[in-house]
Amino acid sequence: MKPDKVLLALAGQPNCGKSTVFNALTGASQHVANYPGVTVDKMVGWYKHGGNKVEVVDLPGTYSLTSYSPEERVSRDFILHENPSVVVNVLDASNLKRCLYLTFQLLEMEVPVILNPNMMDVAEKRGMEINASVLSKSLGIPVVPTAMKSGRGKKKLIEAIEKVGTGESAVKPVRIDYGEMEPLIREIEAKLSAESRLRDRYPTRWLAIKLMEGDEEVRKMVGEEKNPGEMLLEFVGGLRTTFEEQTGETPEMHIGRHRYQAAEEVCKTGVKLPSNVKKPFSDRIDGVVCHRILGPLFLVGVIWTLYYLSIVQGYNITNYTWPLLAKIRSFTEAIMPAPGFIEIPILRSFALWFVDSVNALLNYIPIFFILFALIAVLEDSGYMPRMAFIMDRLFSRYGLHGQSTLPMVLGGIYVGGCAVPGVMSCKGIPDDRSRLATILIIPLLNCLAKVPLYVLLINIYFAQHKALAMFFISTISLLMVLPVSKMLTMTVLRKRDTAPFVMEMPPYHLPTVRGVLGRAVERVWLFIRKIITIVAALAVVIFVLLQFPGIGKDRMAYYEAEKDRAINTFYKKISATDYAAAIQADTPSKNLMDLVLYWENYKNARMMAGSQKAASAVNKAFKIRNPDFYPVVQPEGDKDAKKVNREMKKLVRERKKILQEMRKERINQSFLGRIGQAIEPATQFAGFNWRVNVALLSAFAAKESSVATLGALYEQEEAGETLEQRMAAAETGFTPLHALALMLFMVLYPPCLATSIAVKLQSGSVKWMLFSMGYPMVLGIFVATLVFSGGSALGLTGLQAMFAFYGLMLCITIAAGFLKTKQEPSLIQP
Amino acid sequence: MTLDQMRPGNECRIKYLSVRDKLGQRLMDMGVYPGRRLKVVRNAPLEDPMEIEIDGYFVSLRHEEARFVEVDHREAR
Ligand SMILES: Nc1nc2c(ncn2[C@@H]2O[C@H](COP(=O)(O)OP(=O)(O)O)[C@@H](O)[C@H]2O)c(=O)[nH]1
Ligand SMILES: [Mg+2]
Repeated sequence: MKPDKVLLALAGQPNCGKSTVFNALTGASQHVANYPGVTVDKMVGWYKHGGNKVEVVDLPGTYSLTSYSPEERVSRDFILHENPSVVVNVLDASNLKRCLYLTFQLLEMEVPVILNPNMMDVAEKRGMEINASVLSKSLGIPVVPTAMKSGRGKKKLIEAIEKVGTGESAVKPVRIDYGEMEPLIREIEAKLSAESRLRDRYPTRWLAIKLMEGDEEVRKMVGEEKNPGEMLLEFVGGLRTTFEEQTGETPEMHIGRHRYQAAEEVCKTGVKLPSNVKKPFSDRIDGVVCHRILGPLFLVGVIWTLYYLSIVQGYNITNYTWPLLAKIRSFTEAIMPAPGFIEIPILRSFALWFVDSVNALLNYIPIFFILFALIAVLEDSGYMPRMAFIMDRLFSRYGLHGQSTLPMVLGGIYVGGCAVPGVMSCKGIPDDRSRLATILIIPLLNCLAKVPLYVLLINIYFAQHKALAMFFISTISLLMVLPVSKMLTMTVLRKRDTAPFVMEMPPYHLPTVRGVLGRAVERVWLFIRKIITIVAALAVVIFVLLQFPGIGKDRMAYYEAEKDRAINTFYKKISATDYAAAIQADTPSKNLMDLVLYWENYKNARMMAGSQKAASAVNKAFKIRNPDFYPVVQPEGDKDAKKVNREMKKLVRERKKILQEMRKERINQSFLGRIGQAIEPATQFAGFNWRVNVALLSAFAAKESSVATLGALYEQEEAGETLEQRMAAAETGFTPLHALALMLFMVLYPPCLATSIAVKLQSGSVKWMLFSMGYPMVLGIFVATLVFSGGSALGLTGLQAMFAFYGLMLCITIAAGFLKTKQEPSLIQP
Repeated sequence: MTLDQMRPGNECRIKYLSVRDKLGQRLMDMGVYPGRRLKVVRNAPLEDPMEIEIDGYFVSLRHEEARFVEVDHREAR
């Protein structure tokens, strides 16, 4: 009987073109899933062939199948537990010998394997001849060579998968002869097959070999069995020791060496190498890219290009996409209940808040798309490992990793990054400890959204030293991040797993358009799905915290009275004009409100209209819309109309003032406002009053809000006053020292909602997300207090305190670089 | 002599790996094991890590890891 569903797994070493094969097979029908408990991506897709549905899983690229890294564990567990009907082992045909090392491990797991030497075009160009039928005979499995970048061999591969998957063609793989170890393996096998339940679930020879290798996971699995369990482990332990004593070689090295030897045997007959081996082209490129002087220059160039194309050019694109988002907002405005003179319906303010929160993130999509595409180019070309190679020395001193470079660049190593893609690109860092350290420090870099607050404060309080202050704030974040990372590594992350740096420098490849765009779309989609949805949900919570419990009854009565006073004054003033009747109809407030809205719409429309021609078009439209009101907004010489126009201006200004006062009071009274006031006694040492507290608290939703909230808190007294002027006027006690403390706190500000979600996704735990939100807060308060209280005590000016703090951080960073971290146990000489 | 003491351009033969477990296995899986020949290609701009060539492919590793690879310089060719 033919099964009508085939489960196919793709296995292979990194960079052999596995994803290219996956894409060629599945086309657009694929998605990302997760393996339980780890943050390794699981690519799943499917295709149909001859009535069979074939489900394809792209396993992570690994060199081996031990239990030392999550990728290897995941691949191995998938093959053992999901029982794929076929495993296609993709290999780099130009480096067959080394790739076969993994093949033998797959064969030992006794799954049907198809050998797929890919990149045949590269091998042929180098003059290698690969004889598929000889390979097939000496390995005992089907061999299908391909050059999947151009789709060559795809059909044959699909046919072979069908044959093996439906059990039509039997597979009889060879076995490696492990020499002196064979008798020991047999002995263990005999014990396993006599007593254990394990032999029904796992290939016994594989278990035996893994036990000889001392594989931790397999030992645990066997140890958990009642029978033979511990006893068997002890027995194997004895065998391992005697083996090492007798041969002078550890069992795992003996096994590895035999696998390499077997691979060499197979290649001797199956592969014909060219007589003269040219120096590989990649090595010549590396001569420049990894050069002592040119290398770092090239790296800076790459980073600059990345910034320029994504942040600068991407930002330009948002000029075109923002109007689309603005349309969504005006549409929402239009369908929501209209505002009253001072009563803004809660549904309306909520809907607008919600749209604004989501729009703020959607606005980043063009930037993210370019960024993700460029990252894909870097990944596919093979430049990433070179980046790590160049930077590792510097970063590893602080508990980070060479591969932390890209995430930190994205996060804003100077100024103007974004923590979300930064955190998301931490995935590739193999060392668990460095990966977490990188994830935790990225939010402390200068993302784009922190900049408005810096600019605001620098313009007010460091107006004479703008450039200097901007340089300070741009570079201080790196100086704080490095020692913080070292500190985390030596404390909370001390016990985390580390991994060897040892890494392949793969040959360079020209990336394909499809591969790059596909990845960019996929990641943007992930961003929309995972991050924007959750942020939208949490925006509701922040809204409630800022709105409720709201303004009390008696205060509301006061505002009502204010409103009536303003309206009555207006009516009295215009009562003698020709327009009094039109405005003061049966339902006065309604009609007046119509006029107010008409007035505001008209002002907005005129502001948007750039040219003379557009302006007169607006005039015409408004004249048609309401001929009675039109003279009020455009008096044109009519004396009565002019008077109404003047009074109307006053009324609108009055209304704005009342609304602003109400908003301020609502924030005062809100839960968030109360928290801000409650913590003022503590934050005063950092120089923050409750208003600043509220602004900082609201920044958690998105850092841009800090400036918006300050805007709401510092009421507008005269139209056209900038926030700078208002803040300077309202906070007379505020000095540059206050501003400095506030800016430093902003540097160390906890991640925004979107970043927190990214942290949760990448660290795989809520615990680390909460930690990443908590520790910067403590650190920020500490630094701000140090600078403010310390600076005040020493009588320093803002500028002096800035220099002092910079010097201090420079010393700490250099000192932290020389501090030794405890060595891995496995790195200590045996 | 250990691998971390080799200079760029040097060729040598691996004699012994004095480390096991995670790092030992990783070196093995990347093709660094006794009997193999290798060539030191270059050091990174800041000296560490180093890049070596084994059998036509390139691997980079930190000097602190290369310390565990004992090599024979004379037996190079
Ligand atoms: N010349 C050539 N390049 C290929 C071929 N298959 C894949 N590549 C390139 O090799 C690089 C790595 O491929 P990828 O599928 O990402 O490898 P993976 O790491 O195994 O998933 C990409 O730049 C591909 O475009 C092929 O058959 N020929
Ligand atoms: Mg891949």
